[in-house]
Amino acid sequence: MTAPPTIVEMRGISIEFPGVKALQEVDFTLRRGEIHALMGENGAGKSTLIKALTGVYTIDSGQIVVDGAAHAFAGPAAAEAAGISTVYQEVNLCDNLTVAENIMLGHESRRNGSIDWRDMRRRAKGFLARLSLDIDPGSSLSTHSLAVQQLVAICRAMVVDAKVLILDEPTSSLDAYEVQQLFAIMRSLREEGVAILFVSHFIEQVYEVSDRITILRNGLLVGEHLTPELPRLELVSKMIGKSLEALEALEGSTGHTPSEQTGAAPIAQAIRFGRRGTIEPFDLDLFAGEVVGIAGLLGSGRTELARLLFAADHADAGHLVLDGATVKLRNPRAAMRRKIAFSSEQRKVEGIISDLTVGENIVLGVQADRGWARRIPRRKADEIVRKYIKALDIRPTNPETRVGNLSGGNQQKVLLARWLATAPRLLILDEPTRGIDVGAKAEVQHLVAQLATDGMSVVFISAELEEVLRLSHRIVIMRDRRKVAEIRNDETVGLDDVVELIASGGQA
Amino acid sequence: MAIDQLAGRTPVKAAVTSLRRRVRLDRRHLPVVGTLVVLALIFAIGGNRYENFLSGRVFSNLFINNSHLIVLAVGMTFVILTGGIDLSVGAVLALSSILSASLLQNNWPAFVVIPLAILVGTLLGLLVGVMIHVFEIQPFIATLAAMFLARGLCYVISLNSIPIDNPTIVWLSSTRYPIGDSWVVTPSGIIALGVVAVGFYVLHYTRFGRTVYAIGGGEQSAILMGLPVARTKVLVYVISGTCAGIGGILFSVFSRSGYSLTGVGMELDAIAAVVIGGTLLTGGSGFVLGSLLGVLVLGTIQTIITFEGTLSSWWTKIVIGALLLVFVVLQRAIAARRR
Amino acid sequence: MRNLNAMGLVRHRLFWPLAALIALLVANTIRTTSFLNIRVQDGHLYGALIDILRNSSPLILVELGMTLVIATRGIDLSVGAVVAISGALACSFLASAPNPNSIGTVLVACGIALALSLVLGVWNGFLVSVLGIQPIIATLVLMTAGRGIAMLITSGQITMIHSTPFKTIGSGFWFGLPAAVLIAGAVFAVVATVTRRTALGMLIESVGINPQASRLAGVQSRSIIWIVYAAAGVFAGVAGLMISSNIMAADANNAGLFIELDAILAVVIGGTSLAGGKFSLSGTLVGAFIIQTLTLTVTILGIPPAVTPLFKAIVVIAVCLLQAPIVRSRLAVRRPARPVPVEVAA
Repeated sequence: MTAPPTIVEMRGISIEFPGVKALQEVDFTLRRGEIHALMGENGAGKSTLIKALTGVYTIDSGQIVVDGAAHAFAGPAAAEAAGISTVYQEVNLCDNLTVAENIMLGHESRRNGSIDWRDMRRRAKGFLARLSLDIDPGSSLSTHSLAVQQLVAICRAMVVDAKVLILDEPTSSLDAYEVQQLFAIMRSLREEGVAILFVSHFIEQVYEVSDRITILRNGLLVGEHLTPELPRLELVSKMIGKSLEALEALEGSTGHTPSEQTGAAPIAQAIRFGRRGTIEPFDLDLFAGEVVGIAGLLGSGRTELARLLFAADHADAGHLVLDGATVKLRNPRAAMRRKIAFSSEQRKVEGIISDLTVGENIVLGVQADRGWARRIPRRKADEIVRKYIKALDIRPTNPETRVGNLSGGNQQKVLLARWLATAPRLLILDEPTRGIDVGAKAEVQHLVAQLATDGMSVVFISAELEEVLRLSHRIVIMRDRRKVAEIRNDETVGLDDVVELIASGGQA
Repeated sequence: MAIDQLAGRTPVKAAVTSLRRRVRLDRRHLPVVGTLVVLALIFAIGGNRYENFLSGRVFSNLFINNSHLIVLAVGMTFVILTGGIDLSVGAVLALSSILSASLLQNNWPAFVVIPLAILVGTLLGLLVGVMIHVFEIQPFIATLAAMFLARGLCYVISLNSIPIDNPTIVWLSSTRYPIGDSWVVTPSGIIALGVVAVGFYVLHYTRFGRTVYAIGGGEQSAILMGLPVARTKVLVYVISGTCAGIGGILFSVFSRSGYSLTGVGMELDAIAAVVIGGTLLTGGSGFVLGSLLGVLVLGTIQTIITFEGTLSSWWTKIVIGALLLVFVVLQRAIAARRR
Repeated sequence: MRNLNAMGLVRHRLFWPLAALIALLVANTIRTTSFLNIRVQDGHLYGALIDILRNSSPLILVELGMTLVIATRGIDLSVGAVVAISGALACSFLASAPNPNSIGTVLVACGIALALSLVLGVWNGFLVSVLGIQPIIATLVLMTAGRGIAMLITSGQITMIHSTPFKTIGSGFWFGLPAAVLIAGAVFAVVATVTRRTALGMLIESVGINPQASRLAGVQSRSIIWIVYAAAGVFAGVAGLMISSNIMAADANNAGLFIELDAILAVVIGGTSLAGGKFSLSGTLVGAFIIQTLTLTVTILGIPPAVTPLFKAIVVIAVCLLQAPIVRSRLAVRRPARPVPVEVAA
C-alpha cells in the first residue's frame, strides 16, 4: 500500500526562547487519513511544535508546508483558515452558550446580514449526526459532560472543513467508555481522510488508536515509527533518553534498609484513596525515615497522587489514616497542621510568590501557620533564612532579592527551603530537582537522604529515574493514572526494571 | 405584548406562557423571568395598596421618566456582558445634555446638535476603548477617568442650568400619542424602545453580538476560536458611550434643560438595573430585555414610594440596595450549585 | 529588613507621582512665593502646606483602608456611604444629647459611629470572603443603600450640632498642629506598624500576588480579607467624623461624595496596582497629596473653578497612561515577549 500523500510537512523547524532551544531542526510529517501520536516528556518540545503549527508561535527557521503550500501563520485564525483545527485539553469553548452556538461560533449562517438561527440549528444537527452525537443543539453546553464538550469542539473542526485535527490530551478526563467513543469518531474521521495529530501520555491508548508515533526529546526529533513496529520498551527508552545497553550499565540503588523491617507503624496510610477522573483509587503506606519514590511518565498521575495526600484536591474515594486515626483534611492548611508539606512542581503558579523577597518566601509557610498576628521574631527569621540559603546554595545570596528575578533552579530551592522550614514529618516533593544545575541537584538529593536518615518520611516524585533509584527505599510505579506496581528498592533493582514496569503497566 | 397583559391584570402565569412560546425558554432565561416575576409582584403590591396604581397613566409615566435610563442600561448591558464595567455613562449623559442645551441656546439647528451630542458620547467611548485595549488600563480606572473628563468638560461648558426652548426639543418633549383611553406613548419612549430593539437584534442576530457573549463566557477561548476579540472589546465601550449620548438627548428632552450636575450616580442605577435584570457581572450571561425590566423595577419602586407620600425618597436607595443584594446572593448561590 | 527592597520598588513606581507632586508645588511657589511659608499664630501652625495636610486627612484615612483592600485584589466602593453614615450617627446623637459639650458625650457619639462603621466593614468582608461575591458588586450594595441609611438616620435633615469638643476633630489644634492631621497621622502610623511589624502586610501581599500559591502555603486568606474590609470600614468612619466635624453638621447627601473614587485614584497613582499584591502606604500618601495639591493649585494658578475637574481629570489620565505597561516598556527598552495566549500540555 502506497503511503497516502502528506498533508503537513514541517522541515527543520527551530524555535528558540531566551536561554532555551525549544525546538532544534525538527522534521515532522503528517499524512492524510492517519492518526499520528506525538509523544515526549516535559520540555521535549511537543507543545512548542503544536503552537508553531497552529500559528501561536512564529518559527525562527524552517518551513511549514500545508497541502503543498508554504505558510507563515500570523495567528490561530490564519492556521484555521489553512485547514488546521485544534481541540485543546481544557476544551476552550464557551459554556455560557448553546451547543449549536459553540459549533458555529465565528461561522454562523447568515441571511441578509443577520444570523439565521434555524439554518444554524440544522447545520449543527448535521455535524452532530456525523459524530453520532444525539444531543439537542439548543441545549446549553454546560449541561454536558466534558467528553461530549470535546466532541462538540471536534464538530467545530468539521465546520471549517479541517484537513488537520490536533487533539491535545483529549482523554485525560474521560472514562473508559467515553475514550472508546472518541476513538470511534477519530477512526471515522480518519476514513474521511482527515489527518489527526494525537498528543497523549497514555501509552496503551496510543498503541490502540494511532498509526504512527513521533517521539521528541529536549527539542530534538528522536524517532518516527509505525506503531505496530515500535516495542513499548523502545518507546519508553527513547522518551527517557537511555539506550537499552546504557540502561543496564547504570548503577542501581544504594540499598537502604527500609524501616518496615523495624516493624514501626506507618505514619500515613492511603486506603483506596482516589478521585474520579483524576486518579484511580490506590493504597500507599508511608513510614518515618523512609524515601518513597514515585516513578512514571508525565501524565501518569504522580502529581495527582501527591495533591490528594496534601488535601490540595479532595478525594472522593477511600480515606487517609494518620498515626492510626482516620482523618478528613479539608484544605492544605489542615494538612500542614498535621505536619505534611508539599512542594508543587508548578513553582511559578503554585509555588513562589513572585513579588515577595527570597526571605519572605522562605518563611511564608512557617508564618502562615502562626497566623498573621504572631510574627516570627526578626532574629529567628533571619537565622532560618540564612540557614537555608546556605544549605541549598541559593543564589543570589541576598535575602532581599525579589524571588521573581531568580533563575528557575534557585526559585525551586527557595520553595524547598520554605517547606523544610516547617519541619514536617511527611514531605512530598514533586519534581524538586527540575531545572536545577547538576551541582545543586546533588545537594538536594543529599539533603533528601539526610532528612530520611533523621526520621522524616519523604515522597519523592521525579521524571529522572536515576534519581528515584538512587534515593528511594521503595518505588511506586504509576501509569495511565493508576498505581501499577510497588517494589522494594534493593541491590537487585536497576533502571531497566523500572522502565520495564512502566512500559508493561505492571505486568512484567 | 406581555406588558399590556400585565396592566390588564392577567395572571402572571399567562404572561410567562406567552413569553415561553415567543422565546425559546431554557434555563438561561430564568433570571429574566425572575425579574418579570419581581416586577409583577411589585405591581401587585402597588395595586393592592393604592387606588389608581394599576393604570395606564402610571405605566406610561414609567417610560416617560426613565427612557434615558433604559438607553443607558442597554449600553451597560453590552459592556457587562464582556465582563467589563462603564462608570462614565452618567457623566457622558450630562455632557451630551448640557452640550446640546448650550448649542441650542446659540441657535444651532436641532438636526445638527442632536447627532453632535450623540457623537460626543461615541468619541468618549472610543477613548475608553483605546485606554483599555492599547494602554491595558483596567476598565474600572479607564471609565473612571473618562467620567472625570466628561464631568470636567460639563463644568467648562456651563455651571448653571441652561433652559431649552428649541421647537424640535419642545415638540419631542410635549408630544403624546394616546393609546386607548389611559395609555400614552412619547417620542422618547419610542426611541428608548427602539434602542432596546436594536440592542436585541445586534446581540442575537449578528456575529458581533455572539462574540460579545463568547468573550464573557471565556476570553481565552474566544481568542483561540479566532474571534475578533480586541476589536469587539473596544466596540462595546463605543456602544456604551453612544448610548450615553442618546440618553443625554432624551434627558434634555425630559427636563427641557441641560445641567452639568445631572447624572451623578446614574451609572450605578444603570448597573443596578442590569444586575436586577438578570445579567451576571462576571459576563457572558444576560439579555437587554432583562435590563429593560430592571429599569422598570427601579422605576416602579420609585413610583410606589412617591405614592406612599409619607415615606421619604431615601427609602428608594435602601430598597434598591436590598434588592440588589438579594439578586447578587441568588446569582452566587446558583453559580455555586452549578459547580 | 524589607526597607531596602521596598524602597527599590517604590522608587520605581513612585517616580512619576512624586515628580508630578513636586512639579505642582514648584508651580505654586512660582506663582505665590509665600506658598511654602508656614507661620505660627496663637501657638498654631498655619500655611498653605498645613492646609493641604489638613484637607487631605479624611482622604488619607479612607485611602489607607482602600490600599489594603486593593492589595488583596478587592475594592471597596462603599466607603463614601460609610463616611456619610458615620457622620450622620454621631451628629444625630449629639443633636439629641442633653449635654453636647461634654467630652464624655462626644466620645460616646464617636464610639457608636465607629462601632457601626466597623459592623458595615465586617458586613462587606462577609460578603466577599465567606459568600465569595465579587468585591465590586458586594460593596456596590452598601454604596447604593448606604446613603439611604444615612438619610434615614438624619431624617433627611442636615443635622446641625453645637459641640466644641467635636469641633476640634475637624478644625481644632493639638500641640500646634491641626487635630485632623494628628489623627490621620496616628492612624497611618498604626497601619504602618501593624502591617510591617506583624506578618499582616506580607500575608496581604501574598494573597494579592498569588492566591493559589498562598493557599498551598497554608495562608488563611479568609480572615485576612475580612480584616482589611473591616479596617476600611472603621477608617471611613473616622473620616466621616472628621468631615462632619468640619461643617458641624451631617449632610447625608454630600458627605464623602466621590471620596471612594478619589481614594482609588490616589492608591493607583501611588503605585499600588488594582490587580492586587504589593502595596505602598507612602505611595498612597503621595497620591492623596497630589489630589489635594491639584485642587489648591487650580486656585492659586488662577484657573477658574469650573475647570478644576477637567484639570484634575487630565492629570489623572496622564499619570495612568504613564504607568501603563506599553509606555513603561517603550521607556525601558525591554525585549518584547512572545505572545502566548494558550497553555498546551508539554
